[in-house]
Amino acid sequence: MVKTLSRHNHPYIPNSQPEIKQEMLQEIGIKSIDELYADIPEKYQLRKSLNLPEALSEFEVKRHVEALLSKNKTCSDMSVFLGAGCWPHYVPVVVKEIVQRSEFLTAYTPYQPEISQGMLQALFEYQSIICELTGMDVANCSMYDWASALGEAARMAVRVTGRNELLIPKIIHPERAATLNVYAEPARIKTQQIAYDRETGQISLEDLKNKLSNKTAAVYIENPSYLGFIETQVNEISNEAHAHGALVIVGVDPTSLGILKPPGDYGADIAIGEAQPLGNPMNFGGPLLGIFACRDDMNLIRQIPGRIIGLTTTTDGSKQGFCMTLQTREQHIRREKATSNICSNEALCAVASAVYMALLGPQGFRKLGEAIMYKANYAMHLLSKIDGVKAPVFKSAHFKEFTVNFDGTKSRVEEVHRKLLLKHQIHGGKNLSLEFPELGETALYCVTEIHSKEEIERLAEALEKILAR
Amino acid sequence: MYKQASWNEPVIFNIGRSGRVGHILPKVEDEIKIAIGDLKTAIPENMQRATQPNLPELSEAEVTRHFIRLSEMNYGVDSGFYPLGSCTMKYNPKINENLASLPAINMIHPYQDESTVQGILEILYKLERWLAEITGTYEVCLQPAAGAHGEFLGTLLMRAYHKFKGENEKRTEVIVPDSAHGTNPASATMAGFNVVVVPSDDDGCVSLGALKAAVSERTAGLMLTNPNTLGIFEKNIDEIARIVHEAGGLLYYDGANLNPILCKTRPGDMGFDIVHINIHKTFSTPHGGGGPGAGPVGVSKELARFLPVPRIVFDGKHYHFDYDRPDSIGKIRSFYGNVAVLLRAYAYILSLGFEGLKEVAEISVLNANYLVKKLKEIRGLTLPYNTEKPRKHECVFSAKTLKNETGVSALNIAKRLLDHGIHAPTIYFPMIVDEALMIEPTETVEKEELDHFAEVMQKICEEAYTNPEIVLKAPHNTAVPRLDEVKASHPRTMTLSWRMYQKRKGKDL
Repeated sequence: MVKTLSRHNHPYIPNSQPEIKQEMLQEIGIKSIDELYADIPEKYQLRKSLNLPEALSEFEVKRHVEALLSKNKTCSDMSVFLGAGCWPHYVPVVVKEIVQRSEFLTAYTPYQPEISQGMLQALFEYQSIICELTGMDVANCSMYDWASALGEAARMAVRVTGRNELLIPKIIHPERAATLNVYAEPARIKTQQIAYDRETGQISLEDLKNKLSNKTAAVYIENPSYLGFIETQVNEISNEAHAHGALVIVGVDPTSLGILKPPGDYGADIAIGEAQPLGNPMNFGGPLLGIFACRDDMNLIRQIPGRIIGLTTTTDGSKQGFCMTLQTREQHIRREKATSNICSNEALCAVASAVYMALLGPQGFRKLGEAIMYKANYAMHLLSKIDGVKAPVFKSAHFKEFTVNFDGTKSRVEEVHRKLLLKHQIHGGKNLSLEFPELGETALYCVTEIHSKEEIERLAEALEKILAR
Repeated sequence: MYKQASWNEPVIFNIGRSGRVGHILPKVEDEIKIAIGDLKTAIPENMQRATQPNLPELSEAEVTRHFIRLSEMNYGVDSGFYPLGSCTMKYNPKINENLASLPAINMIHPYQDESTVQGILEILYKLERWLAEITGTYEVCLQPAAGAHGEFLGTLLMRAYHKFKGENEKRTEVIVPDSAHGTNPASATMAGFNVVVVPSDDDGCVSLGALKAAVSERTAGLMLTNPNTLGIFEKNIDEIARIVHEAGGLLYYDGANLNPILCKTRPGDMGFDIVHINIHKTFSTPHGGGGPGAGPVGVSKELARFLPVPRIVFDGKHYHFDYDRPDSIGKIRSFYGNVAVLLRAYAYILSLGFEGLKEVAEISVLNANYLVKKLKEIRGLTLPYNTEKPRKHECVFSAKTLKNETGVSALNIAKRLLDHGIHAPTIYFPMIVDEALMIEPTETVEKEELDHFAEVMQKICEEAYTNPEIVLKAPHNTAVPRLDEVKASHPRTMTLSWRMYQKRKGKDL
């Protein structure tokens, strides 16, 4: 009777025990489970086995997966200087402890608020802290990532303004730009890139002015930029955009906001960004955590995509509590008229971020920003001393990431990185030579608070050795 | 009876003391500070943060206690029965959590050299193959972050396909049944289509007559959930596929209800061209209070060329990323997908194998039909649409009779269930059922719990006739009593952040 252990009495399937099954079939009044599938046309009933693995015991699963994963080399096995949309930062142990709480981990979306106050309050706190950090008034409780948040922000700007053109910087992450295109194209949004100053990387105000018109729905800028420098003409950009009736969308790396001016202070109508660095591990690029915030303006708030948690009271007025708000924007009520189709988001990552941000507080955020900027600048300082190496390429202040150009060494990025990895167990930055051919043999390096002085010095020494002729 | 913790836990901004810290960051060595000098001179003056952000200042212990208390005011699958229809709230195996928290996954960067990430690439590659096998599709893309994200990708693929055939200007309509999830019409709209709704017929399935009338040379595709949201298998799937394909449209499978047909039948075999999978439903990964999930999309051979880049390829020895796909739609997000979630699904499939997954499907259906039998006997509840037809993984009851006779609605039943430590079913969905209670037990619940649930439902409906007040005013045992959700969305009282709360302080809330 018992064919295999995997089929009957599986630990995840309590009623797979044959006697229980029998009792239940009897109660229903049928002889076999097949009767419950009788309405599936015979020709579609799967009568063969599929090419799937043999079931394993828990121990075997663990051994198998661990063996596979041990083929990966991690940031502890080698120094990794990669960023570009996903960054190595330390995740305090408390954060992991909280997000492993099964009351959070195994809950669904808090559609029944009375029994989900914990998740709702934690998400309200996430939203609130994001607002304080970015200088905005309202935040949703997450988007999938920065790239999709940009796509949604573009569509929102078009709905709010009734215009359909978007200006974005020429210096932007290509995956983010590609995602934007995919979100924008079906909505017939036209995207144009604004040129940058070759010397500083800063947005060309002249090009911006030329391209701004009464068709511009929004101007999008990033701070720090994709290539790591701080965009400084923020007030001019924002004033120009607003003068043309366009919205200003700002993308941020929130780890900079303890020391850098928040987008709300320079006229952002919508702020987006990536909150993975705030308490979420890299996980090979996912899950990430898209930030989405806006000003307290009903014209904007009504058009926000995604879930928003709000404060309310009990119906008897006796107590405060939390629940999902403005659900009439969302797909389960508004269907084809919804502001977006997003429902499941990255809620647990948002809780992780709330815990992280609460641990850091204002002092911690300042220190985090300082530690990153000091160390990144120290790396630039050492690397730029190497003969033929230019770090950074642009004459602007840099925060966490910076460009390293090897043109003067006659070496190619690919070759340098191969030697770094094979001979020195160091992983270099992202190769930009195909993305930005105008920058020559250039890579994007990233240094955060987790990189020690010794690691940075080892990088510089290794590069020096590799590049020595 | 159940009693949830009810801490009067203040909003985090109201605890802690100025100057307290919860975490110490790695130090910056003096040599670095000397080499770089004061950051005030490094950051352009107009870009310096003028005032520090108004964040709470707490010790590590305070932060821990605050969030632990919040967690105690939350309810998950590990807390008890969670028969939330269409959401497949099955048990989330602990081994998968254990594996997903290993440094070998947490601490790898997506742009690392391929030679340093062969392990995870192999896992993702194999998972793609397994999901293609399970869904009967040709290729699977793991990138979408959630089911709705998968739908967005799926409808974009429809668009790309028709564009490729030079028909995108005319193929402007996506058809959805009236019983569809709200995400279907929302996704189709995002992808630039107009939505055409077709009604269900008397047995809860797509009306073939209405479908025939709806298709035309404008049809880009049909989005269908099968079994549908009533838990009923669309028996005319053959005919549906023929009608849509003959009109030149594509057939899209909404994977929300894949669980009951795992290894029993396959969407690809039924003629579906595009299939999305909710990893966080069917493949047991935790919902996390609303995410992260994962929504892979499988497609037929004809559509594979349009999938987002990169694709993972295997040359017989090594795994690689392939970006050279000229017909790809591009990207719908950064990187490769919610990898930590996908890893859990990989482990889940390994734990069950083919026979185990088939058992998952069968027992989920057995459990649902067992509940149908039990709940049918309860006064005040009815099973709309063909009562004799077997349900699959879920069933939808109507509390219309109960409401008419006692004033107790589906919402009230839902709230009263919470008092018993049972999560509410999905309510008021699908929209084609009045006072709907959509119940999905999943295969991970034991018979004793099903019996208990039926008893509690019986008791609540009895209360509705004898002591309706207690049901109308439920819940009583949760962290807070009934909340005013209308007030939360009213422009005058709407408070969406601590900032707004500060601004509106003193005004009515």
